[in-house]
Amino acid sequence: MEHIRMPKVENVRLLDRLSSRKAVLGTLYLTATHVIFVENGSETRKETWVLHSQISSIEKQATTATGCPLLIRCKNFQVIQLVIPQERDCHDIYISLIRLARPVKYEELYCFSFNPKLDKEEREQGWKLVDLNEEYNRMGVPNNYWQICDVNRDYGVCDSYPTEVYVPKSATAHIIVGSSKFRSRRRFPALSYYCKGNNASICRSSQPLSGFSARCLEDEQMLQAIRKANPGSDFIYVVDTRPKLNAMANRAAGKGYENEDNYSNIKFQFIGIENIHVMRNSLQKMLEVCELKSPSMSDFLWGLENSGWLKHIKAIMDAGIFIAKAVAEEGVSVLVHCSDGWDRTAQVCSVASLLLDPYYRTMKGFMVLIEKDWVSFGHKFNHRYGNLDGDPKEISPVIDQFIECVWQLMEQFPCAFEFNERFLIHIQHHIYSCQFGNFLCNSQKERRELKIQERTYSLWAHLWKNRADYLNPLYRSDHSQNQGTLHPQIAPCNFLYKFWSGMYNRFEKGLHPRQSVTDYLMAVKEETQQLEEELEVLGERLANLQKSQLGDNKVKSKQQDRSKQLRLSTSNNSLANTPQEYSNDLKSFPSRSPSQGDEEDSALILTQDNLKSSDPDLSANSDQESGVEDLSCRSPSGGGCLPSEDSGKDSDEAVFLAG
Amino acid sequence: MEFSELIKTATVENVLLSCAGLPAVRGTLCITSHHLLLSSCPGGDVELWLLIRNVDAVEKRLTGSSGTITLRCKDLKVLQLEIPGMEECLNIASSIEALSSVDSVMMMYPFFYRPPSLKLEEGWHQFPLEQYFQQISSQVMLRSSQPLTGPNRRRCREDETLLGTILDEGERGFIIDTRSAQAAKQARMTGGGTEPKSSYPQWRRLHRPLERGRPLQESFAKLVEACSDPSLSMDRWLGRLESSRWLSHVKAALSTACLAAQCMDREEATVLVHGAEGTDTTLLVTALAQVILDPSCRTLAGFQGLLEREWIQAGHPFHLRCAHSAYSHARLKQEAPLFLLFLDCVWQLSRQFPFSLEFGERLLLSLFDNAYASAYGTFLCNNEKERSLCKVKESTHSLWAWLNRPEEQQKLLNPLYSHNALVIWPSVEPQSIQLWQGLFLRWIRPSQHLDEAWAEIQRLVEENNAPAKESTGNRLSQSLSDPTAGVS
Repeated sequence: MEHIRMPKVENVRLLDRLSSRKAVLGTLYLTATHVIFVENGSETRKETWVLHSQISSIEKQATTATGCPLLIRCKNFQVIQLVIPQERDCHDIYISLIRLARPVKYEELYCFSFNPKLDKEEREQGWKLVDLNEEYNRMGVPNNYWQICDVNRDYGVCDSYPTEVYVPKSATAHIIVGSSKFRSRRRFPALSYYCKGNNASICRSSQPLSGFSARCLEDEQMLQAIRKANPGSDFIYVVDTRPKLNAMANRAAGKGYENEDNYSNIKFQFIGIENIHVMRNSLQKMLEVCELKSPSMSDFLWGLENSGWLKHIKAIMDAGIFIAKAVAEEGVSVLVHCSDGWDRTAQVCSVASLLLDPYYRTMKGFMVLIEKDWVSFGHKFNHRYGNLDGDPKEISPVIDQFIECVWQLMEQFPCAFEFNERFLIHIQHHIYSCQFGNFLCNSQKERRELKIQERTYSLWAHLWKNRADYLNPLYRSDHSQNQGTLHPQIAPCNFLYKFWSGMYNRFEKGLHPRQSVTDYLMAVKEETQQLEEELEVLGERLANLQKSQLGDNKVKSKQQDRSKQLRLSTSNNSLANTPQEYSNDLKSFPSRSPSQGDEEDSALILTQDNLKSSDPDLSANSDQESGVEDLSCRSPSGGGCLPSEDSGKDSDEAVFLAG
Repeated sequence: MEFSELIKTATVENVLLSCAGLPAVRGTLCITSHHLLLSSCPGGDVELWLLIRNVDAVEKRLTGSSGTITLRCKDLKVLQLEIPGMEECLNIASSIEALSSVDSVMMMYPFFYRPPSLKLEEGWHQFPLEQYFQQISSQVMLRSSQPLTGPNRRRCREDETLLGTILDEGERGFIIDTRSAQAAKQARMTGGGTEPKSSYPQWRRLHRPLERGRPLQESFAKLVEACSDPSLSMDRWLGRLESSRWLSHVKAALSTACLAAQCMDREEATVLVHGAEGTDTTLLVTALAQVILDPSCRTLAGFQGLLEREWIQAGHPFHLRCAHSAYSHARLKQEAPLFLLFLDCVWQLSRQFPFSLEFGERLLLSLFDNAYASAYGTFLCNNEKERSLCKVKESTHSLWAWLNRPEEQQKLLNPLYSHNALVIWPSVEPQSIQLWQGLFLRWIRPSQHLDEAWAEIQRLVEENNAPAKESTGNRLSQSLSDPTAGVS
C-alpha cells in the first residue's frame, strides 16, 4: 500500500472512446491490486475494475479546461480514458499507477493476495487437475521407443526445461548431455507429441551451435535416435521456424541450423515466422487501428493489412499444418526449433498437436496442451507478458498469437472444439492478470523455488469449476470433425483469416453481434437435457403408477412451463440494442456504460479478497442495458443525435438546428 | 428467331466437366434452347443442368485437337468443359454465347417453364399494397425521383403543395438525397436537381452519397476477382479487398438506411428518400430502413412483400441491372449490382441479429441467383408496364409460389428465429462489417464444416422443440392406453 499516494479521487469522468456524450461521472479508487471506478448515481453505481497487472501503459495528457486526462491501456485490450479535475490528483494517481503496474518482486503480484476462500485440500486438488505424467501416458509413452530421462533431475542440464522429459530409448545420458552442449541454452531435443497410431513424433529443441562449420557427434546421434524411434520412416524433418535470413545471421554468432550433410537422413525446412520484436510491433500497429476514431472501411482494412498481423497468424498456422501433415499423413517424425525454442517452437508444436489430436480440443485437453508446450517447457511468461518490471524488448504477444490461431480454427471448424470463444478470452486475460500462479516466472525451476503451488491457486481448477460457461453447444465428441486430424484449407485461404474483434475490441460490445448464438444454444441444450431427465423420471413414475393404477398429470404441464421460460429468455436476449450515431460518420456508439456489480454495496468494493475479481468480464464495460431503448439518446431538441445538415456551399441549405 | 438457328452443335460425346471442389465427370454434353446438360456416360444420369441464361462469360482455349471452355456463371460458379474436337469446341462455345445473350424477354426460359407442381397464377397476387399501408402510423417514409429543377431553378406548385400537405404545421421532414451535394447540383444542368429550401420550408435536406452505376459494377467485379485469385498472398488479400471498395459500399448503404430509420424512429419525422431516378439507391435505402424498423419485414412472407413492393413494383430495372454479373467481358451498359448490395446488407443484419430474421442465408442466395438468371418470371423486365406488356403474370410462374411450397420454405427458415418487436440498430463500424463469404466464396471455400455446424444448430433446436416433448407425450399416452406396457 505504500505506493498509493492517493487512494480516492472524486468527480472523475470516465470517457467513452467513441462518443463524447457518453462520459460518466464517478469516483476513482486505488487499491493495492485494482483501479476501480464507481459511477455516481444511486441506482446502479456501475463499477469498472482494472487489475494493476493488466495495465500496459499509462499516459498523462495535456491538461484542459475540464481537467487532466489520463489514458490507461490494458493488456487485455481495454482502454480507459479518465479526466481528473485537479492536476495534482492526476499526477498522484499517475505516479502511483506507474509503480503499481510495474511490480519488482513476485510477491507483489495479485496471486499472492488473492484468496478464493478454498481450503488447503481444495487448493492442492486444483493443482492436480492437470497432470503431465498422465498426459504422456495417454499419448502412449513410455513404450518401446520412448522413455523418461532423469538427466535433468535437478535442472542440472537445462534450467529452463522440466525435470522430466521424454527422449528416445536409444539416446543415452552421454548423448543427451553432449547434444545439450551443442544447443542454445542447452535445450536438447525432447518429445512434445507422440502419435500412437504410427509412432511418428514431434520433438522440440533450440538451435544448434553450428556456426559455419561446427559439428557435434552426440547431437547427430540424438537426431538419429529420434528417427530410429519411428521405425516406419527412414528420415525426419527438421523444421526451423525462423525466416532463413535470420537463421543465417545466427551462424555468425556461432549458432545457426543443421547442415543436411552432417546429419544423416534429415530433411531440413525453413518456415518463416518472424521474431518477437516484429510480432510486438505488428500487434502495436493493429491496436492502433482498433483505436482509430471512426475509421472508414479503407482505413481499417489498410491498417490491418499494414500491421501484418494476420499474415503472421497464417505463418504460424501454416507451420502447424505442415507438421501435422508430416506426422499424420506421411508418418514422419519432426524436430522443431527456432532460436531458443521457447516462443515460435511452442506456438508451432501446440498448433500441430491441436490439429492432430482431438483430445487437445476438449476443455481439459486444452489446459493440458498449454501446460505441456508452454508452461513446462519454459516459455518465459514473466518476460513476454511483463508481469514484473523488466526489459520492454522482451515483451511480445507470443501466446496471444497461439490463442488466436485456435480461434481462427474454431471459426473454420465450429463443431470441433469443446470450448467456446469465452474460454480463450478468459485464458488470455489470466495470462496477464497474475491472479493465479500458473503462469508466473520463466520456468518450472523458478516456480518450484517460489513454491507457487503452496502459495497460490491454479487457474485450471477455477475454469473447470465454471466449465458450464465455456462449453461450445455445437461440440459433440462423436461428430465427424472430431475424428482424427483437422485439415484446414491451405489455398486459396487468405479470406479464412479474419480480424478477431471479440478479442481486440473485446470491451466494445457495440461492435459485436447483438445476440449470442452460443448462449442461446447452450440454454436450448440444457433444456433438452432437463426434458430428457424428466422423461426418465416420468418413465419410472409411470412404471410405479401402472403398478398402483393411479394417475398423475402434473408432470406434463410442468414441462410446458419450462419451454415458455426458454422462449422468454431468448427474446430478452434479443432486446439489448440501441442505435449508434449514424447521422454523422464521424461519431459512433451510444451508451456502452460500465456496468456490473449492481447488487454490490460500496462497502464491498475495497475489500481485497473479493471473489468477483476472478471473473475477467468484471473489468469490462459491459453493455448490460435492460434492452429497452436508450432514452438518453432521444433528446427533444434533437441534440447531438440529430443529423446535422450537410454544410454544402449550396445556399439553399440551412442548418436544421437553427430553424 | 428460332433457337435451333443458334445451336450449331447440339451434342458432343466424351466431354469432361470439372468444377472446383468436385470430382470431374465425363459424359455427353447437350445444348437445348435454354439449358446445358451433361449426362455421365453409362447410366445417363444428368450431372449438370445449367440454365444458359446463367452464363456470364465464355472463354475458350484450344490445344491440339481438343479445346477447353470455361463457363463463368452469373451466380459466380466457374465450370470447365474439355471437349474433344476443335470444331465441336468452337461450335459449343459460340452456341452458348449466342443463347446466353438472347435479350428478348419473351424468349426467356420462364415463358417456357411449366413445372407440374405449380399453377401459373399462383403467387402473383399475394401482396396487396393496401394491406401494408394500413399498418403505418403517423410518420411515413416516402420515395421519389429528383425534382426537375433544372438550370433555371424551375418550381412546381403542385409538387410543393404535395410535400407540404404531408407535414402538419410545425412538423418537419427530412429529405435524404443519395447523391453528393455536388452531384445533385450538377444534375440541374440536365434538368434535374434538388428541392430548394425556400420552396420546401418544412423539409431539411441531407446528402448521403451512395455508389451506383458503373463504379458499383466494377467494385463487384474487382471483389469477385480478388476472391478467386489463388496467387494472392495473405499480405495482399486485405489490400485487394479494400481496393474493391465493396465493403465500403456496404457500410455506406447500411449507414444511410440507419439514418433514414433514425429520423423516423428517434426524431419522429417524415422522411423522403430520393437519388436521381428513384429506382436504384433510393430503393436500397427505403427497403433496408424498413427491415431495420419493421419486424413484419423480417418474416419470410413480409420480406417477400417488401421485395415485391420496394424493388419489383417500385420499378428497379432488373433486366438492365442484372443483365451481366461480375465476370462478363461484354461492354457494360446499365449493369449495377444494387440488389446484391441490398442482399449483402440484409446478410450483415442477420449476422448481427441472428435471432431477428425469420429467414436464413439460403433465401438471400436464392434471390441473388434468381435475379440474375431464373426459371421464374418474378424478376423479369424493368418495371410493371413492361411486365404487363409481356404478360409476365399470365405466362410465367412466380418465384414466390415455388419458394413458399412447404418443403422449400423449410429450407429457407432460420431455426433461431424469435420475433423481436424492436428496431434492430446495427453497428456500422468496420470491425462489424464482414465479407459475405457465403455468397462471394460460395464456390471457392469449402463449406462442409460450416454446413455441419448449421445442421447441428438445427438439430439442437428441433430436438428441443419437437421430439423430446412429443416422445414424452407419445410414450405417456401410449403407456396409458396400454396399461400392461412397460410393466415387466
